[in-house]
Amino acid sequence: MTAAVQETPVRTPVRRPQRRRPARVVLTVFLTVMAVGWVFPVAWAFYNSLRDYDFTSTHGYFSFGGFTLDNYVDAWTRGNFGQTFYNSMVITVPSVVITLLLASSAAYVLARYTFKFNLALLALFTAANLLPQQALLVPLFRMFLNIEVPFWFSDSGSLYDTYYAVIAVNIAFQTGFCTFVLSNYMKTIPKEMTEAALVDGAGVFRQFWQVVLPLCRPALAALATLQITWVYNDFFWAVAFMRTGDKFPVTSSLQNLRGQFFTDYNLLSAGSVIVAIPTLVIFFLLQRHLRAGLTLGATKG
Amino acid sequence: MTRPGRTERKTRAPRPKHARTLSTMDKLTVVLMVVVPALIVTGLVWVPAISTVVLSFTDWNGIGNISDMNFIGGQNYVDVTSNYPPFGPAMEHNLIWLVVFFFGPTLLGIFLAVLLDREIRGSRIYQSIFFLPVVLSLALIGFVWQLIYSRDQGLLNAVFGGQTDWFGDPDINLWAVLVAAGWRHTGYIMLLYLAGLKAVDPALREAAAVDGATEVRTFFQVIWPVMRPVNIVVLVITVIESLRAFDIVWVINKGRNGLELISTLVTQNVIGEASRVGFGSALATIMIAISTVFIVIYLIQVMREQR
Repeated sequence: MTAAVQETPVRTPVRRPQRRRPARVVLTVFLTVMAVGWVFPVAWAFYNSLRDYDFTSTHGYFSFGGFTLDNYVDAWTRGNFGQTFYNSMVITVPSVVITLLLASSAAYVLARYTFKFNLALLALFTAANLLPQQALLVPLFRMFLNIEVPFWFSDSGSLYDTYYAVIAVNIAFQTGFCTFVLSNYMKTIPKEMTEAALVDGAGVFRQFWQVVLPLCRPALAALATLQITWVYNDFFWAVAFMRTGDKFPVTSSLQNLRGQFFTDYNLLSAGSVIVAIPTLVIFFLLQRHLRAGLTLGATKG
Repeated sequence: MTRPGRTERKTRAPRPKHARTLSTMDKLTVVLMVVVPALIVTGLVWVPAISTVVLSFTDWNGIGNISDMNFIGGQNYVDVTSNYPPFGPAMEHNLIWLVVFFFGPTLLGIFLAVLLDREIRGSRIYQSIFFLPVVLSLALIGFVWQLIYSRDQGLLNAVFGGQTDWFGDPDINLWAVLVAAGWRHTGYIMLLYLAGLKAVDPALREAAAVDGATEVRTFFQVIWPVMRPVNIVVLVITVIESLRAFDIVWVINKGRNGLELISTLVTQNVIGEASRVGFGSALATIMIAISTVFIVIYLIQVMREQR
């Protein structure tokens, strides 16, 4: 641990203000240096994405000037971003919606009713998300390849190389984590809320759908934000279960921008910024939800 | 969270138990609501995971019928350990990954959380900045850091005038990757730890201050023991993330030439032309075995809190 902490002798609360000063300065300097270093890689990519390749190749990257927006236009078309953004959306939206539906219904039952197997079921859900993806790769790959489906359903005649495969695996992999978080959250909702509905003659499903689920809005918002980021960022399942180039999600667009022997780094920077935009929007607008989603899972909220 | 209903309930007349009031229709609903998700998770996560373990003892090559496969005992494991040159380096790289992640980004993240938990001007802004890389995918991070590491056009060589290919040179590329991946991991750990610290009862800290303990002593002797659940979560996450590391090396060079990891070896053996199902499964089973230990530790911790 560095001096910032060690040099803070707080013996009596009264003497705090004077004796803390130098430590405060060290602390502020340390944090500022770290913060500047932390944003640097992103800032550097953004800065160079706005510069002309010819300018940077003559003056070097460590220079100022040559500003243009052409890299973005160029990256968009050469990276086929229109198509890959669409693909990412087709994978992300159903995955997140279905995951939350399944997870909230399982969580409701686990939180509200007591069976013999409650804890075992919760463990089954919770642990599923912690396995390494590669642990499932071999059988799932073979399974999707061998499940025959009609050709109107898939060009390949099997589930391999379809969005369905990627969506299904994303759902199965994320449902466990969401169930765990939601069941913890639902346990904090007083039982009287549903008992009142019960007296009014509402069935189990209506108690869940009209009473409990609306009360879970904060947790659902947090999880939705988190899941959108995770599924959007996922790269492995697409690599594993997709073959056709124009079905891949956005990350693959960056690979299109990287040449075999030569790479235009200004173009690649622009591409990286484009890929990052949806998650950066979430970062700036929905950070509260995102952080809530991450910490709800780790510490009991 | 407070439960306002709790105290009220005790005063009311006893009511029949919740489950007893369920109609047949309701019982069916309850069962379906939990069984459907459980079947999906079992069918697409647990059955495949167990199948991987079973397949690792067979010679199935994925092409013939499943009935053609033979059980060959531990032959795949013998082949993996003694007859497959990338295996040794991959194990070593995963271990380096874990050790570096633990002593680097994880401890740094904890340290930053402890600093930012104090009342500092602009604490929220610092938190946001350290959290920023967490929203980026590791694949994207691989691309972003190429602008810094590239031999001809990268920033590092431009500033220091070297000719190092940071992502390409097998002697150093693992370390370069670890810096980039650690950049993300630090923010993640900081966030988790900070949430844990916020939940610590302030009275503990005040009591320690009244007793004249220094902040360092307060942290190690008062806060650290209370943070045990979070510490375990952080440890498990660090191990699992180190074992799962894949995307960043895959976008750099598909896990070759100094960047071999168990995860990339499994993937290389299973997808594409070289479909060595049994062999790839043996590699994946090694990952399952390692992760199981930590999943169990995590579950014990979590289920204890459930009680």
